[in-house]
Amino acid sequence: MTLTSADTVAATTATSVDMSVDLAGRHLPSPMMTASGCAANGRELGRFFDVAELGAFVTKSVMADPRSGRGTPRMAETPSGMLNSIGLQGPGISAFVEHDLAWLKQAGARTLVSVAGGTSGEFADVAATLRASDAFDSVVGVEVNISCPNVANRGLVFACDPLASAKVIALVREQLPRDVPVFAKLTPDVTDIVSVAQACVKAGANGLTMINTLLGMVIDTDLLRPQVAGVTGGLSGPAVRPVAVRAVWQTRAAMLEGRLPYVPIIGVGGVRTGRDALELVAAGASAVQVGTATFNDPSAPVRVGRELAGLVQDKGFTRLADVVGIAHERLARA
Amino acid sequence: MSGATTHGTRPGSGVVRVTGELIATRRVGAYHHLTFVAPGLAELARPGQFVALAVGGPTSANLLRRCFSIHKVSPSGTYGGTVDVVVAAHGPGTTWITELRAHDEVDIVGPLGRAFPLPKEPVPCVLVGGGYGSAPLFWLAEALRDRGCHVEMVLGAATESKLFGVVEARRHADGVTVTTDDGSMGTRGWVSDVLPEVIRRTGAAVVYGCGPMGMLESITDVATAEGAVAQVAVEESMACGVGVCMTCVMPVVGKDGATRMVRSCVEGPVFRGDRVRWDAFSDGWCRVPDDAVGAPRAGGH
Ligand SMILES: Cc1cc2nc3c(=O)[nH]c(=O)nc-3n(C[C@H](O)[C@H](O)[C@H](O)COP(=O)(O)OP(=O)(O)OC[C@H]3O[C@@H](n4cnc5c(N)ncnc54)[C@H](O)[C@@H]3O)c2cc1C
Ligand SMILES: Cc1cc2nc3c(=O)[nH]c(=O)nc-3n(C[C@H](O)[C@H](O)[C@H](O)COP(=O)(O)O)c2cc1C
Ligand code: FES
Repeated sequence: MTLTSADTVAATTATSVDMSVDLAGRHLPSPMMTASGCAANGRELGRFFDVAELGAFVTKSVMADPRSGRGTPRMAETPSGMLNSIGLQGPGISAFVEHDLAWLKQAGARTLVSVAGGTSGEFADVAATLRASDAFDSVVGVEVNISCPNVANRGLVFACDPLASAKVIALVREQLPRDVPVFAKLTPDVTDIVSVAQACVKAGANGLTMINTLLGMVIDTDLLRPQVAGVTGGLSGPAVRPVAVRAVWQTRAAMLEGRLPYVPIIGVGGVRTGRDALELVAAGASAVQVGTATFNDPSAPVRVGRELAGLVQDKGFTRLADVVGIAHERLARA
Repeated sequence: MSGATTHGTRPGSGVVRVTGELIATRRVGAYHHLTFVAPGLAELARPGQFVALAVGGPTSANLLRRCFSIHKVSPSGTYGGTVDVVVAAHGPGTTWITELRAHDEVDIVGPLGRAFPLPKEPVPCVLVGGGYGSAPLFWLAEALRDRGCHVEMVLGAATESKLFGVVEARRHADGVTVTTDDGSMGTRGWVSDVLPEVIRRTGAAVVYGCGPMGMLESITDVATAEGAVAQVAVEESMACGVGVCMTCVMPVVGKDGATRMVRSCVEGPVFRGDRVRWDAFSDGWCRVPDDAVGAPRAGGH
């Protein structure tokens, strides 16, 4: 990868800490990313900061065809968070690569493209169209959103079932060149997240993103009916952060115990400040995405990166990589 | 003394983000009229655009932004540029805003969304505001009169205390009609009861509206029936205000005749009334019309 001017800006601001990340073979100048569905596809946040300053820009999960998403209301505010039921609204992969990915490329962004499907075949088709696109060289990885409902399987999300997850990951992996890493995005709404992670890595995932939203529900107590039109929705924001820390921790622990091959973890869930990001990093995340906090502060993904760099330096480290998973070395001995 | 800090937004982006000091607050009937220092915002803003305010301070548990129509802006003054909003206390965020006191600071992003389009010719116009929906109409009236348009205003609300700007309207418009549901001021009834007569009398070519969705639908019906174009500023529930969350969508017919679920914070809040699929709204829900682009198919999700 060539270094853009924004890389040098990001690397030289404020601290002397090496914040770069090697993410499944891709070198990123910063660990910071947007979270899928919380940043649209670039232009909107490009008004607030240079999208090339991020380690990677993560796009809204895209499916094969255009989708309207659900009716409204689509959201409810909850304590330190929100419930959303968007229904994967999007332009479809063809329009996405032509308009959105092309824009991100000319803006100098490294893009992590999030893909989704109602069937495992749809995921593969989306990946194939992506690979064939002109701007594919700006893609630093593909994030597979297996946390969406599986049409064929009574609407259960793929990521609740290790076998269904593995099938999707294997089909997507097949469509993409070896040097383009595939990340499986997992839901914490499972009994054992490690077994889903194992299935995904075995099927060819080069990394894991966790967590997607938790299934939740809000009732409007004036009208005594569900507040969002989709009835249930995904819970996100600082309220879910301890769940994200736990999921990253358990997965990293499984790697340390030899139950899971070492793959990088991208931590996401409730990050609002550098301190929050540091928590995920110490639990085992190599990179960090900022989702819901962006609605409060549109520049949060880059601000959190600056705060994180400052904290890492204050604690006496020179490289972010040395902090990844460090909390596992500092357990109370019984 | 500066009263505001400007944060990173990028040159040419058309939007600024500032921590603005509240310099004036006054009660107007059921509402609070607030003036914030917001350098750089006034020069960019046009009538119909809005601002998104963060509420509760930096560690607030209410993360989502609250959106308000820009009531007016002034590019320079004792404090530098300022922006005014008119707020009705409703839930926790608006209650927090209305309890702010002079010199408190608020994080403001704006101007956002598309402004009211102005006619090229000096045609007569009617501006209709429901409740605090009249807030953005006064500087719109000014802009229209600067172009030589004859401007009349129709202000409606449930009751007198929920009308906003009746006195101001007399200053900004060539004629003002007031309605209240309970008859406490002006004509008893709805704005749609008096609107046909005002359109006919003035020969209005454009009707601008801002207020509750039901009112905007009836303004559109009346305007269309009278041969005028309706331009309405909608109020959909918004989480971010800047186009990244997809919560604020509504079905709107595009130039190609196809209905899409579009983001009202970036493609709106102003839409041509006859392009909005009012048939999809009922009982506080808005469904996706079956003929919308990418609508759920049977068996899908
Ligand atoms: C373009 C636009 C212009 C507006 N102009 C004004 C104005 O000039 N004066 C005024 O008093 N109000 C205005 N509103 C409505 C105002 O944004 C809501 O009343 C306010 O966000 C509610 O916040 P809350 O904390 O009181 O309620 P809550 O119900 O706690 O809000 C929770 C979340 O839902 C969103 N939300 C709830 N109701 C609305 C709503 N009606 N519209 C948009 N988002 C909503 C909030 O932004 C927040 O994200 C406008 C809304 C929009 C979209
Ligand atoms: C409005 C909204 C839309 C989302 N859309 C997607 C999506 O399309 N694909 C996806 O993988 N995750 C989606 N997510 C989940 C986020 O990417 C993220 O995993 C989750 O919100 C937790 O992080 P946060 O607390 O920082 O928001 C969405 C979240 C929100 C709030
Ligand atoms: S309010 Fe977030 S996209 Fe419109």
